[in-house]
Amino acid sequence: MLDVVITDPLFAIEVIFSGLLSGIMYSLVALGFALIFKASGIFNFGQGAFVLFAALTFVSLLNMGINFWLAIVISLAVMIGYGIAVERVVLRPLVNQPLIILFMATIGLNFFTEGLAQSVWGTEVHPLDLGIPDVPWEALGNATGLYLSVFELVAAVIAGVMVVALALFFSKTKTGRALRAVSDDHQAAMSVGIPLQHIWAVTWAVAGIIALVAGMLWGAKLGVQFSLALLALKALPVLIIGGFDSIEGAIVGGLIVGASEKFAEVFIGPYFGGAIENWFPYVLATIFLLFRPQGLFGERIIERV
Amino acid sequence: MIYREAGQFKTSYGADEAIFPIIQDRWFIAAILAVAFVAVPMLGNDYWLGSVFIPFLIFSLAAIGLNILVGYTGLISLGTAGFMAVGAFAAYKIATAFPWMNFLVVLILAGIIAALVGLVFGLPSLRIKGFYLAVTTLAAHFFIEWVFTHFGWFTNYSFTGVISSPPIAMLGFPIDTPESRYLMTLGIVVVLALVAKNLVRSELGRAWMAIRDMDVAAEVIGIPMLKTKLLAFAVSSFYCGIAGALWAFVYLGTVEPQAFDINRAFEVLFMVIIGGLGSILGSFLGAGFIVLMPIAITNGAALFGAAIPADVLSNLELIIFGSLIIFFLIVEPFGLARLWQVAKEKLRTWPFPY
Repeated sequence: MLDVVITDPLFAIEVIFSGLLSGIMYSLVALGFALIFKASGIFNFGQGAFVLFAALTFVSLLNMGINFWLAIVISLAVMIGYGIAVERVVLRPLVNQPLIILFMATIGLNFFTEGLAQSVWGTEVHPLDLGIPDVPWEALGNATGLYLSVFELVAAVIAGVMVVALALFFSKTKTGRALRAVSDDHQAAMSVGIPLQHIWAVTWAVAGIIALVAGMLWGAKLGVQFSLALLALKALPVLIIGGFDSIEGAIVGGLIVGASEKFAEVFIGPYFGGAIENWFPYVLATIFLLFRPQGLFGERIIERV
Repeated sequence: MIYREAGQFKTSYGADEAIFPIIQDRWFIAAILAVAFVAVPMLGNDYWLGSVFIPFLIFSLAAIGLNILVGYTGLISLGTAGFMAVGAFAAYKIATAFPWMNFLVVLILAGIIAALVGLVFGLPSLRIKGFYLAVTTLAAHFFIEWVFTHFGWFTNYSFTGVISSPPIAMLGFPIDTPESRYLMTLGIVVVLALVAKNLVRSELGRAWMAIRDMDVAAEVIGIPMLKTKLLAFAVSSFYCGIAGALWAFVYLGTVEPQAFDINRAFEVLFMVIIGGLGSILGSFLGAGFIVLMPIAITNGAALFGAAIPADVLSNLELIIFGSLIIFFLIVEPFGLARLWQVAKEKLRTWPFPY
C-alpha cells in the first residue's frame, strides 16, 4: 500500500489533510481536559461524559421545538450550572487530597454524568443538524484537487478560535494567572489569598462550555448517542502528546494524532490486518513520551528530593 | 478491652516477624478461613457460589495484583484488563496444546507469560510517570485487545473469536460443580494472597514503597530503579494473569476478548482505591464492595417496585455507582482498609474513649 504514496501523492496529501481536520475534532475534546488539568492539576476523566450530557441536552431542547439560539443559551446555562455544582459537591470536600483520589472522583463523576444524562434525556440516537453540510468544498476541490469537508473546516476554525481565546485568558487575565497558581500548588495558592473555590467553579463552568461546543460538533458528525462519552479515550493520546497542561499542545497533539492515525490506517494498516486505529495513537503517544516525558508543550517536570 | 495486645510478649524473632502478631487477629483470620472453606460451600446455593463468590475471589486476586503496582509502587496502571486477557488466552493455548497438564501448572505458566508481557509494557515506566504512565498502559491494553481479536491463532481459529475452556480436573476429581470451582479458586487465592502479603513485607516490598513515596530519593539511597519497577510490573501482571485465567476457566467457561474491556480495568482500579491503596486486606474489601453493590442496587430497586424498566435501571445503577464512589472518596479517601484500622484502634481502648 505504501507505494500508493509515491504513485498518487495527491491522494496521500488528501488523506493527511482529512486526518489533520479530524484531529482538530479530537482537540476539541482534549481542550476540556487540558483546561481543567492546567487550572487544578486534576485529570478530569468525566470530560467525555460532559460532552455527552451537553450534546444530549442541546439536541433534546431542539427536539422539543425550542429555537436554535435559545437552545444554545439554555444548554450553556445547564452546563455552567452543572460545572459549578460539581465544584461544590465533589471537589470542595476533596481539596488537598492526593491527585489520584481526585482522579478517581472524576471517574465516579463520569459514571454519574453518563447515568444522569441518559435517564433525563433517554438513550436513543438523536440526529443533529447544525446547518453546516458535511460535503467536500467544491471551490477548493476544483482549484487545488483536494476535496476537504466544509464541516470539518468550520470545526477547525471554531477550535482555533477557542484555543486563541483560552490562551489569552490564561496568560493575560487575572483569573487565568490565578488558575495557573492553583494548579502549581493548591495550598500555596490559597495561602496567598486566591479564592480556590471561586476559581475552580469558573474552570469547571468553562469546561462545560467547551464540552457543549465539542458535543454539538461531534453530535452533528456522529449523531448524539452514548458513544460520544467514549471520545475521552480518543482524546487521551492527543492530550499526552501535547502535554496535559498545554492548551496549544491539545491542538498540536490533535493534528499529529489525526494525521498519523489516518495515514497509518490507510497505508500501514492493511499490512497488519486492519483496525489498528484503536491502539495506534496510544503507541505513538508512548513513543513521544519516551523522548519527552511531559509531552511536547507540557511544563518541564523538575524533581527535587 | 476485647482487642488489645497487653500481656502478649514477643520472645523470639519468629514471633516478632509474624504476619499477625496479635492473637485476636490470628483467631479472626482462622474464623474467616473456616467460614470461607466450610460454611460458605455448605450454605451457599449455586447462584451465590457461582455468580458472587467466585467473581469476588477472582477480582480480589486482580485487585491484589493492581494494588502491588498502584498502591505499593505508586505506578498508575490501566492495563489490568489487558494483562488479565493475556493470562486467559495463554492458559487457553497451553491447556489446549497440552491437555494432560495439571491445571495449576497451566495457571502458573499463564501467569508467567502475563508477567513477561507486563515486563515489556512496564519498560516505559522507567521514564514516564504519573498520569502519563496511565495513558501508556492504556496503549498496552488496546494493543493486547487488538492482537487477540485479530489473530486467529490465539483462539485456535475459532470463528467467533470466543474461546471455551476445556474441562478441569484436580487430583483426579473433575472440577465442574460450583462448590468445587469455588473451593479451588479459594485455595489459589488464599495461597497467592499469603505470598503477596509476605512479598510486601520483604526487602522488595520495602523497595517498592520507597519508590512510591519518592522515586528520586529511592534511587539516591541505592534502590535499583530498573529492577524494582520492572519486578513490580511483572509480579502485578502475574497476579492479573492468573486472575484472568481463572475468570475464563472457572467463572465464565467461555470467553471472548471483549470480556476484558477497558471497563474491567476501571473496575479493578476502583476496588483498589475504595478498598485502600497499599493494603492486601483492602483489595478483598474493595472487591467485595464492587461485586456486591450492583446486586444490592438491583435488589433494592426491586423492593421499591419491580416495574422499573431495564434501561432506566441500568442508568440508575450508573448514577448510584458514581455517587457512591464520590461519597466514599470524600468520607474516607484512604479506603475501607483505613476504616478497619480505625475500628481496631477504637476496639483497643473500648469501652474507654482513650
